[in-house]
Amino acid sequence: MNETISIKIKQNPDRSLFNRDEESVVNSSGGNHSTVKLAVRNLNFFYGEHQVLFDNNIDIHQKQITAIIGPSGCGKSTHIRTYNRIYELYRNQRAEGEIRMGGQNILAPTVDSTLLRQRIGMIFQKPSPFPMSVFDNIAYGLRINTNGRGSELAGCVEETLQRVALWDEVKDKLWEPGTDLSGGQQQRLCIARAIAIKPEVLLMDEPCSAIDPIASAKIEELMLDLKSHYTIVIVTHNMQQAARVSDYTAFFYQGHIIEFGDTKQLFTNPQHQQTEDYITGRFG
Amino acid sequence: MALTALTSKWSGSVPAVWAVWDVWDENSPDRIIKPVAGDRVFRWITTVCAAAIPVLMAGLVCVMVFNSHLALKKFGLGFLTSTAWNPITQEYGALSSIFGTGVSTLIAMLIAMPMGLAVALFLVEWAPPKLEAFFGTAIELLAAVPSIIYGMWGLFVFAPFMADHVQPLLGRYLGFLPLFKGPPMGIGMLTTGIILALMILPFISSVSRDVFKMVPSVLKESAYGLGATNWEVTKGVILPYALHGIIGAGFLGLGRALGETMAVTFVIGNSHRLSASLFETGNSIASTLANEFTEASEPLYLHALVALGLVLFLITVTSQIAAQLWLRHIIKKAGGK
Repeated sequence: MNETISIKIKQNPDRSLFNRDEESVVNSSGGNHSTVKLAVRNLNFFYGEHQVLFDNNIDIHQKQITAIIGPSGCGKSTHIRTYNRIYELYRNQRAEGEIRMGGQNILAPTVDSTLLRQRIGMIFQKPSPFPMSVFDNIAYGLRINTNGRGSELAGCVEETLQRVALWDEVKDKLWEPGTDLSGGQQQRLCIARAIAIKPEVLLMDEPCSAIDPIASAKIEELMLDLKSHYTIVIVTHNMQQAARVSDYTAFFYQGHIIEFGDTKQLFTNPQHQQTEDYITGRFG
Repeated sequence: MALTALTSKWSGSVPAVWAVWDVWDENSPDRIIKPVAGDRVFRWITTVCAAAIPVLMAGLVCVMVFNSHLALKKFGLGFLTSTAWNPITQEYGALSSIFGTGVSTLIAMLIAMPMGLAVALFLVEWAPPKLEAFFGTAIELLAAVPSIIYGMWGLFVFAPFMADHVQPLLGRYLGFLPLFKGPPMGIGMLTTGIILALMILPFISSVSRDVFKMVPSVLKESAYGLGATNWEVTKGVILPYALHGIIGAGFLGLGRALGETMAVTFVIGNSHRLSASLFETGNSIASTLANEFTEASEPLYLHALVALGLVLFLITVTSQIAAQLWLRHIIKKAGGK
């Protein structure tokens, strides 16, 4: 995929925001599954004085899908909203601790959040197409992040839509409003919008909760397909979904990570009573 | 029920008002279908109120046409293109007034639109909550200031300031443009336009503030999530989403600027003159009406003034219709919501 698209990220041509040591290790070792993309250490989070995350420690593995499950209000979304520092848009929200990516703490004030967000994309619970055409929805991120124009841009848009298997459905309505698509299509449009700028990590905050089961299945399929290129973190309420798509699962409860591990193991042989109670439906 | 006996006596030709009794009888077969009398009365009240609006509009036009027919008959369409305004020779033309209304409104919109949007964006996107509350109230207070106050302030404070500081400066550096030629008198088109801008600014900014507040935060987060900067999010997402409302805010301001009378009369200079220079005095339709209505002794004079009013009415209506059509076109094209 990287070879076929010729336009380059503008502000950051070699993406030298962080050092690339870690990834070169991956390449030499032939895509070792246990490579850690994001290492979260002692992450605490506050809304004003109110603490909602407590000493979260987790390793997000490269090109794997990590699911975050837990009852409502346990801090799942808050947790992944620290990865791209989107919480910074709001006053009174504050994160402490470390999230290391390529050896650098992305929570450090010296890291530019706009550059960070080019590398860590996010998909939200509700499909949120911009008030513009299908084409422009995808092109928006490309226009602000690359020098690509004209046919180059059109090529990128087409390829991105192909990747999310949306091209055939929308190729005749590229210039119609993105909001006119169905809910499932809108969500795939949002995924396409996020991957158009080629992030390394995709954060998905309950991406299927607002769409119907068939559309959800398509998105799950898409996630498995995208896994070869992206590190994916998905927050979900749906435990079957977590079991189906993810490689690793973290169980959150009241802001604490109760258990984190291999998905199969966590679902078949949970180590903690609370995890077992939750996945067997005894609470939550 | 006792009431059933009462209603059964009336069955068949029950007057509308009596239908209310039927619903008291739970066994009545009409219970679900028959509207309650209160509902009918309510429907009539709302219909009459709504109907009053087109009736008022039509009445207004009729009265204005009737009271201006002498002028309309004598000058015809030439009334719109003539710059003459001479009560002694009984020659009247509306062009200088139309021109003044147009130019002063244009200046006002050019200043107030970007400024109003900037104020609204600042309040919604960047100001801390306390500051937003303070500025928000201040803006609404600004809108509540009577226009005569703006007029007096404009004449006694702002016009001298323009004459002493702003106009000489513009004349020195941009004097080669016909727009900025002439003596710095203070009063005139430019000053009027700026005063008008100040008057419509609160309307534009408070309406667009409400519009900006309605932009869903998930939309903004999505854009920031793509690595967009504040400006890119504003330009690419917030403004397009809010376009509908922004145009609405603009036309609210436009309507007010077109018809503003008192403040304009104070500072525009009230001369029936057509000049390219913004430093020159002029007049607007509204200021001419305010100034000359009491002096209009001749019937033709009075009719010419009412004809001016008719022109203003038509300008306002046309601009509002154009706004609606344009809006429809934009929505179809960009497909906002």
